[in-house]
Amino acid sequence: MKSQHRRAMVLGIVLMVLAMALLVLGAGIGSTGFENLLAASDDPVALQIVRDIRLPRTLGAWLAGALLGLAGAVAQGLFRNPLADPYLLGSASGASLGVAVALWLFGMSPTSTQWVVRLGLTGAAFLGAVLAVLLTLLLARGVQQTLRLLLAGVIVGVVLGAAKDLLTLTSTDVLQAIQGFMLGSTGLVGWSACSVMGGLGAVCLLLAWVLAPVLDGLALGEATAASLGLPLGAMRAALVAVLALATGAAVAQTGLIAFVGLAAPHLVRSAVKTTHARLIVLSTAMGGLLLMAADLLARWLVAPQELPVGVLTAVLGGSYLLWLMHRRSARGGM
Amino acid sequence: MSASAALEARGVIARLGLAEVLHGIDLSIATGRWTSIVGPNGAGKSTLLKVLAGLLAHGGEVRLHGQRLDELSGRARAQRLSWLGQGGAGEGSADDLMVYDVAMLGRLPHQRWLAAPSDADHAAVERALRSTQAWEWRDRPLGQLSGGERQRVLLARALAVEADLLLMDEPLANLDPPHQADWMRTVRALVADGKTVVSVLHELNVALAADTMVVMAAGRVTHQGACGDGATHRALETVFDHRVALHYVAGQWLAVPH
Repeated sequence: MKSQHRRAMVLGIVLMVLAMALLVLGAGIGSTGFENLLAASDDPVALQIVRDIRLPRTLGAWLAGALLGLAGAVAQGLFRNPLADPYLLGSASGASLGVAVALWLFGMSPTSTQWVVRLGLTGAAFLGAVLAVLLTLLLARGVQQTLRLLLAGVIVGVVLGAAKDLLTLTSTDVLQAIQGFMLGSTGLVGWSACSVMGGLGAVCLLLAWVLAPVLDGLALGEATAASLGLPLGAMRAALVAVLALATGAAVAQTGLIAFVGLAAPHLVRSAVKTTHARLIVLSTAMGGLLLMAADLLARWLVAPQELPVGVLTAVLGGSYLLWLMHRRSARGGM
Repeated sequence: MSASAALEARGVIARLGLAEVLHGIDLSIATGRWTSIVGPNGAGKSTLLKVLAGLLAHGGEVRLHGQRLDELSGRARAQRLSWLGQGGAGEGSADDLMVYDVAMLGRLPHQRWLAAPSDADHAAVERALRSTQAWEWRDRPLGQLSGGERQRVLLARALAVEADLLLMDEPLANLDPPHQADWMRTVRALVADGKTVVSVLHELNVALAADTMVVMAAGRVTHQGACGDGATHRALETVFDHRVALHYVAGQWLAVPH
């Protein structure tokens, strides 16, 4: 047992050290490519760019990725399915519909960095995500039946997605703006977004960690978990709330970023086999690192242009899943 | 209601979906005895075991040592009653859990939430894993084990609860003959310790080694009696359409299909 504990500890430390290194690196990568941070320290403009744009953006990428990694680990445990991802309960399409409605109603533009406007859009996305999850719960008549919950999530996703499409087709302005949101971007994350994601992330992580033994019990089947005396109904509802909050917070600030929530728990499990309490913490760190690295690549690869980070994670995550599938079929599984 | 009954069912009715699968079961499970439940496929054995474990909504009432099961808190019930489900490895969703962590889940009813396992917990888990010869694999993930090996780990999980009452649904699934014999030895030791064991079994020869036998067919208990009893044997032959015959060989009763 000790060896697995040590592996989990080492993995945690490695993930945090890498994140620190990337944060420093991220502060140095701008539209002109890589710059020396030390050189910027005597130039007030450069210093302000680092402090007010690059640092919050890089940190924000970590936080959003961490939220998605956390949500992914919770979703996979809750649905007892390694292919479950954070967007399963309809939160993604709910968030995009929220943004579409906001854009359509107020004519707001996502490129504007004005604080009030930002709060408006992210607020709409968050509200949309949470309402979509509530709608899913309503259709599934609670959290007791996993399969019904999954189906309701798919239905809500499709219907809200169609509603969003209808809305965006009415105006080209909305269409363009919503496209940016759908692709996912960390470019607009400022300090206020970081504090929102950090605060919600801390609450979600704590709650998920407290509820982690339920996920271990559920892995043995619902009846076995119930036979262990766990109040499954209440705890499952709390886990769904964590899932909705974490996903909503990430989606609201950075748009729809694909595959991070799916891949992070897989990467952790391929390195260390452990209980959900550790898996959740490590997935959080792994998700953060993944999105932060993807964000750096997105800025760096075609500088001074920039790739949408969601496109990058989709390409990288898709290749990873393909490799995972190949490896599993080689071992005779799946 | 007799004082010596560990579990008592009165007029138990249960449904799976819309179909009623248990039609008014009356049953008394004696304390400190090994009871086996047998019957053809679809007789309602697993459903009855779930009802007795308090895991399925039902009509009628079930009492654990005279106390209504549905009035007990989940935790209090889980401390006194351990249940092992049929093939219950969670269809692969537990593959990434370590064997030791799986067995430790059996201690959950005794632990304070999020408290680190106590020395007593570690000792109980070690005892349980050793008794099913699974201790050697404690550092391996469940997904790397064969069907029979997994079953022994899940059995250890149920044993680790160290409850007074142990309900097991097809505990011998995938076990080879030596480990079936080990399982019987474990059950005998538990019963000698004053624990009560109820097992749903398809291995009739093992079931006949129990103290008491409950024979079921089509959602009803057709007979309950001592395993060596002639009436029990006749009931057994009847529910299996007289396709089994009982013979007394080398000091034990054997059911031979024909």
